[in-house]
Amino acid sequence: MSRFAFSDEQDAFREVLRRFLEEVSPPSEVRRLMEEEAGYDPAVWRRMAEELGLTSVHIPEEYGGQGFSLGELAVVLEEMGRALLCSPFFATAALATTAILNAGTEQEKRELLPGIATGETIATLAFTEENGRWDAAGVETVARQDGNVWRLEGTKSFVLDGGIADLLVVLARLEGTDGENGLGFFTVAGEAEGVARTGLQAMDPTRKLARIAFAGAEAQPLGEVGQAAAAFARTLRQAAALLANEMVGGAEKLRESAVDYANLRVQFGRQIGSFQSMKHRLADMLLEVELAKSAAYYAAAAAAEDDAALPAVAALAKASASEAYLQTAITTIQIHGGIGFTWDNDTHLWFKRAKSSEVFLGDGAHHREAMMANWHLMEAGDET
Amino acid sequence: MSAPSEETVRAEVRAWLEANWDPSLSLVEWRGILADSGWGVPHWPEDWYGRGLPQALVPAVEEEFQRIDAVGVAKVGIRMLAAATLLEHGSDMHKEKFLRRILTGEDTWCQLFSEPGSGSDLAGAATRADLKDDKWIINGQKVWTTSAHHAQYGLLLARTDWDAVKHQGLSYFVLDIEQPGVEVHPLRQMNGHASFNQVFFTDAVIEPEFQVGELGEGWKIATTTLMHERRGADALRSWAQVSQAEGRCYEDARAEVVTVMEPYKWYPQRAGRVDLVLERARESGAIDDAVTRDEIAKLMIMAKSAEWTARRARAAQLQGRPQGPEGSLGKLASSHVARAAARVHTSLSGADAMLTGSDGERDGVIAEILVSAPATSIAGGTDEIQRNIISERVLRLPKEPRTDTDRPFRDVPRNTVS
Ligand SMILES: Cc1cc2nc3c(=O)[nH]c(=O)nc-3n(C[C@H](O)[C@H](O)[C@H](O)COP(=O)(O)OP(=O)(O)OC[C@H]3O[C@@H](n4cnc5c(N)ncnc54)[C@H](O)[C@@H]3O)c2cc1C
Repeated sequence: MSRFAFSDEQDAFREVLRRFLEEVSPPSEVRRLMEEEAGYDPAVWRRMAEELGLTSVHIPEEYGGQGFSLGELAVVLEEMGRALLCSPFFATAALATTAILNAGTEQEKRELLPGIATGETIATLAFTEENGRWDAAGVETVARQDGNVWRLEGTKSFVLDGGIADLLVVLARLEGTDGENGLGFFTVAGEAEGVARTGLQAMDPTRKLARIAFAGAEAQPLGEVGQAAAAFARTLRQAAALLANEMVGGAEKLRESAVDYANLRVQFGRQIGSFQSMKHRLADMLLEVELAKSAAYYAAAAAAEDDAALPAVAALAKASASEAYLQTAITTIQIHGGIGFTWDNDTHLWFKRAKSSEVFLGDGAHHREAMMANWHLMEAGDET
Repeated sequence: MSAPSEETVRAEVRAWLEANWDPSLSLVEWRGILADSGWGVPHWPEDWYGRGLPQALVPAVEEEFQRIDAVGVAKVGIRMLAAATLLEHGSDMHKEKFLRRILTGEDTWCQLFSEPGSGSDLAGAATRADLKDDKWIINGQKVWTTSAHHAQYGLLLARTDWDAVKHQGLSYFVLDIEQPGVEVHPLRQMNGHASFNQVFFTDAVIEPEFQVGELGEGWKIATTTLMHERRGADALRSWAQVSQAEGRCYEDARAEVVTVMEPYKWYPQRAGRVDLVLERARESGAIDDAVTRDEIAKLMIMAKSAEWTARRARAAQLQGRPQGPEGSLGKLASSHVARAAARVHTSLSGADAMLTGSDGERDGVIAEILVSAPATSIAGGTDEIQRNIISERVLRLPKEPRTDTDRPFRDVPRNTVS
């Protein structure tokens, strides 16, 4: 895959995914699952793992995976964003798996990844805390050595699917350290002693969030304790690029529904899509979504190739997707008129996902700043 | 007749309140006294519960009420649109029967205009009114009808002539909601509340004297209602500001807020709650962040200029100058403000913007802003329709060529789906 076109294999893969997701995640299923606490369908999860191998897409073969790149994972997420799939997939694949790949030792990867690859283990990454910061400096949870065991003290918040994950990958720090120093990844079983999980009321009910308090919970180090900053930063960038792809999938779906409705709805004796102001809005919408898609695809390819400019590129893509998705959602509601404001119309489901995704991993301003801080990495040249 | 000065009016209302305000009265009793005095709606005509004062002096009167926490007449919601329409086009019988009970809060009203097939294109209404045995028989469906679930009366736009061109075949009625032929089903909104409804008519009956205006004048009269709506006459600005003091009147007023106003709790949020922005930014320290600060500044510029545009309009009116274009401009400006405010509130919330209900910021109020703001640019006529009105009626640009007004309504293309 170049950064500007998908390969035939990727297109074929996308086709299969789209058909599968249309079958398992129609809006009626989204609505059913979003009202439930767990927020996903275990039978669908099993099919994702067993029939399509989605839980193992970017896990290398030696750890039981399919050995594809983050580029293929991005395609999967784009399609899931389109279908608004309710599933702990982003948490497991894009966050936890990626963190394990970035931070873990050979031995740890061999232990942790096969279970994720088969779909047996649902995992998540717990790094944000109640201060709501998306960077290393926000980490206050402390890891202490107690004989040969490590124990965690502190509270994580905004943890994606934290209420149901079997495996928690937790970012903590050594006592007395701050900023990027002294960080360590740890793994803790979701049901371990000393772990208290509370579901949070999420504005976007299609994505479950939890607060997790660790009171001396026993934890296994993942990678070298005290040295996790680089792996964490890399994980965040990859996750931002992946989230941008999920977001443009949702934005595209909304845009299509807006065009469909403009073709269908008649006012003043004609289709509303025949009004020039409506045409212009829809044309602008296409422009915004396509720009955001280009950025997201470029970032996914850059992530797959481990491009040195990823810190700037991923931030660019996430900032672009944050604006485009929310704006598309606002316009889609507007084009639907009164119906667009109702609970029964599906637009608000995507609107709320747009809102939560805008904020998750940092909002547009956060990523614009990150992009500017790393812009020098782009200047080496970006024509691949 | 020239208007009295603000000082004179303030002195008069103060004296009247001193002599009459009695928090131990029941809410309805007090509002009755107030309505009869003319101080409840001082801009209404003297014959009908007002004092004939210019609209521009109303805020001064309201301030005097607020100063001593005196309860005002019921003036939030569609009731005010009903009153304004009836004052202008209703018969004396209508005014007699309805106005006082509107002010006391005994009757609640709704606006039965939008239909599944006609929202922006209100004149495309297809609910029918047929005269049978000297009674109007109503059949059809309305939608998005705010308040219908607890209203006694509705302002109904219905088609009485299918052979006339679109705008000429409509008539305007007052419909008694509480009758067997009317069925109301609440509709849930994307913010979880249910303040609007579907309303179905199956041979609902209207006595001929409850037609408003002449036959075929429905569109013209509906335009009056809409004009008041777009000027914000139905705003729910003051709904929550009941004093916590003791006294029967306060208790009744608080009960009214809790029960009658419950579905509209979110109305202030849909406007964006600009009032909370600076307070929140100071609390979190975000006020010192250059980017956020700039976003807030832009919002404040927008909100203040919109407010001052409305003030200019009021001042012009006080000077007896003709009404400018501010009606439609104000509504359009409020959409911009609501959207910008939702944006600023998101960035002020950080990660908390993902939470709602009691986990959300300010007990969910901020989350409610984010999921309610989209209503502002739709309810009461969409932004696109406001822009059409501004460009064609204010700027006098050439009208959009129309294909739906040159033939009998029955031949106009309509929605096959809705
Ligand atoms: C919270 C809320 C409360 C409401 N309360 C009431 C009420 O109490 N009573 C009542 O009668 N109605 C009420 N409404 C209905 C409201 O007035 C309509 O929703 C609104 O006028 C739009 O009509 P519609 O929903 O049919 O959308 P449509 O008219 O179908 O519009 C769909 C889209 O097409 C656009 N469009 C339509 N015509 C044109 C054009 N000529 N040029 C360019 N674009 C165009 C619109 O702007 C919109 O984006 C309420 C609506 C809301 C959201």
